[in-house]
Amino acid sequence: MLDGSFWIILTGAFAGGACGLLGVFLVLRKMSLLGDALSHAVLPGIAIAFLVSGSRDILPMFLGAAVFGVMTTLLVETFHRRWHVQEDASIGIAFTSLFALGVVLISAYAGQVDLDQECVLYGEIAYTPWDRLLIGEQDWGPRPVWILGTVFVLDLLFVLLFYKELKITSFDPDIAVAVGIPATLMHYMLMSSVSLTTVAAFESVGAILVVAMLIVPGATAYLWSDRLPVILIMSTVFGIVSAIAGYYLAGLWNSSIAGAMVLVVGGIFGVSLIVAPQYGLLGRVIRQGRLGLRVAQDHILLRLVRESETTEDPSVHISDLMEGSVGARFRSRVAMWCLGREGFVTWDAGHLALSDNGLGKATDLLRSHRLWETYFSQLGLPEDHLHHPADALEHFTDEELLQGLHAELPNAEIDPQGKRIPKNK
Amino acid sequence: MPVWDSTFQLVLLGALLIGCTSGVLGTFAVLRKRSLLGDALAHAALPGVALAFMLTQSKALPVLLTGASLSGVIGVLLIQVIVTYTRIKADAALGIVLSVFFGGGIVLLTHIQQSAVGNQSGLDKFLFGQAASIVASDLYAMSVMVVVVLVLVGLFFKEFSALIFDPGFLASIGFAPRLVDLLLMSLIVLTVMVGLQAVGVILVAAMLITPAVSARFWTNDLLRMVLISAFIGGLSGAAGAWISALAPRIPTGPVMVLVATGVFVVSAFVAPSRGLIARWRRLRGNHWRENTQHFLRACVELQEQADTDLSVIALTDLAQVMHEPLYRVRRLAKHLAKNGKIESTDEGAKLTTKGYDDAVFVLKSHRLWEYYLVYRSILEEDHVDRSADEVEHILTPQIIERLEAILVEENIDVENVTSIHATDSGFRKAGQDA
Repeated sequence: MLDGSFWIILTGAFAGGACGLLGVFLVLRKMSLLGDALSHAVLPGIAIAFLVSGSRDILPMFLGAAVFGVMTTLLVETFHRRWHVQEDASIGIAFTSLFALGVVLISAYAGQVDLDQECVLYGEIAYTPWDRLLIGEQDWGPRPVWILGTVFVLDLLFVLLFYKELKITSFDPDIAVAVGIPATLMHYMLMSSVSLTTVAAFESVGAILVVAMLIVPGATAYLWSDRLPVILIMSTVFGIVSAIAGYYLAGLWNSSIAGAMVLVVGGIFGVSLIVAPQYGLLGRVIRQGRLGLRVAQDHILLRLVRESETTEDPSVHISDLMEGSVGARFRSRVAMWCLGREGFVTWDAGHLALSDNGLGKATDLLRSHRLWETYFSQLGLPEDHLHHPADALEHFTDEELLQGLHAELPNAEIDPQGKRIPKNK
Repeated sequence: MPVWDSTFQLVLLGALLIGCTSGVLGTFAVLRKRSLLGDALAHAALPGVALAFMLTQSKALPVLLTGASLSGVIGVLLIQVIVTYTRIKADAALGIVLSVFFGGGIVLLTHIQQSAVGNQSGLDKFLFGQAASIVASDLYAMSVMVVVVLVLVGLFFKEFSALIFDPGFLASIGFAPRLVDLLLMSLIVLTVMVGLQAVGVILVAAMLITPAVSARFWTNDLLRMVLISAFIGGLSGAAGAWISALAPRIPTGPVMVLVATGVFVVSAFVAPSRGLIARWRRLRGNHWRENTQHFLRACVELQEQADTDLSVIALTDLAQVMHEPLYRVRRLAKHLAKNGKIESTDEGAKLTTKGYDDAVFVLKSHRLWEYYLVYRSILEEDHVDRSADEVEHILTPQIIERLEAILVEENIDVENVTSIHATDSGFRKAGQDA
């Protein structure tokens, strides 16, 4: 006999894995909130099944929930497509009214049955070890483990068997129809799987865990990768890992197990949101910072080379090179330091001057800027509108584009402001 | 009739206030395509409630409301950050904040329950809402918030409507759309926090969405929509309080939501112009008109084809040409006879003068349009019938005059237009796409 915590963790892991797997497709199809809607809307189904059968047997409850699950998706479609209500509002109206109906049913019969909305909504995962599956006299172990294990395997089979179809219909339903994949059928198959998973999971682990596991792992994996197989595996793993970690966290804090599992998956999302390389916030900030730094470097080089055109002493004091806000001045300072380290400028008592290397790079920039101005002037832009586009483009003009500009403007020697364009190398 | 005591009056007034306010703000939330934001906000409030209690050990409403509002605002800002700076879409961002905040809230609540700090029973009120337990001090707090919210909506009504319909215009007249949006969001946060008291976390979304969507069926005017939505919200609130006072076991919140849903369904059906019945009647009117015009055109086409002077047309022939079942043709004949377009005889239908004129006009529309398409080289001769079949029903005498003027230049005998194609002309089934 294995101890209780093993069964709880296994149940949570199955729920997390199954929801994480399907959730990817919900996130991709922009239907994340359907899980939330479904898990609330099936309440009247459960209440009715309970009132009719008078027991908490899985089968009637499951049937009742399944009926109302399908009804929810149909209601949302009807409100949206036939009644011309916005899609998000359709979801909102459908699930709130069904949930309200469920609460009224439960409260009206509350005296007669042992059922309250809390237990239906929170479905306590901690009771897993005591909820036994009995067939005849034989004890087959905790019931939720069997249910969720089956659901997990079914979902896995569904995704593996229909991988290609799910992929194409999620990314481009029109192409799917064009190559002969029934997009609508896939939609309803996915919806049925989600309903099945939702109903099975929240009966044993609670609605909040289902809602979180359907959305958060999928969205988290979406931050890490562009490849669907990778996203699917990551999402499933996130779901399973957070179930395991959540259990121990709950033990540590002496709190709700399902809540702690949600908190862990939320934590994984939070970390990913910041550190995910391509789509995370940190990566974004770093990329933008680098770009800003490069632009600042280019501006310093340009300033120096312009100075060398007009004056005998081409060095500039650093305070003349910094302007704008505190942040911008700091960026300029860092840019100068970078330029010095790469050997493009030389320092002398607070003055900056171009090195030979730097002069070449700066001349290229200047050439690019003035060629663009000439080019735009020929396109018919007025004279006072030339600087800004040229200023934006000069940083991104590589050698090939520069030669292209020279070819467009073979005789350009003076730019529209009357300044000399440096000679082509 | 419930007992008209002070408790009931308080509950009724509270429900009415909450209903009206969420009706007003819901209009803006729905039109801004942020219907489910209320749902996210309500869930996101839970950790704030728990933390406020843990820090202050107080269950006073203002304390808890402050905590709830703060964590609600943090939730909204997080959603904005996720949507703006990552590739995660709004629906997933909403779901993430909703579930993780709520999960965190549950962890905190269970933690409070387990520790010796105190019982958390009063905090449950925030989860499932207890409009029936409103006391006078709650109502004062609520009224103040409601008045603040409504006054601000009144002051910034123009800005909000610009924000909804044309944010670019709002920016061009010197307002920062982001700031106006933030103000609107804050007002929605306040409304949700007040609504939480009455209907609870899950149903507060309905108080924002359902009255507003119902009001949308009745009008295209923003101010009217706000007023209608407030009325529906207030009505639902009052009705909810009333019904649950009659049946004390039934909680107020869910009844409010069910009443609002009822109003929504009724509005969806009976509202003029946008309602389902009005739509259906319009569609049916169109179908009916198309079918009777087809009937008349088929009559003159059959007359034309017959060598002898055919005055009475057999309904079976008509059915064959129109590809319609006989019973429908009979029904059309009955209708046309009533309007004096044909005379029904045992053998079939005979066009009256009035019917003949109408029929010739439809036929002429059909054929002139065919000629027009061919001579303007828009379509080939064997492709014009279908288009003419669609257009014949909407051509007016003025358009026909213009068509005639154009076609006379092409040397076409517009007084006696014959069919341009050898085949019989078709009859499109009403309501069918070409």
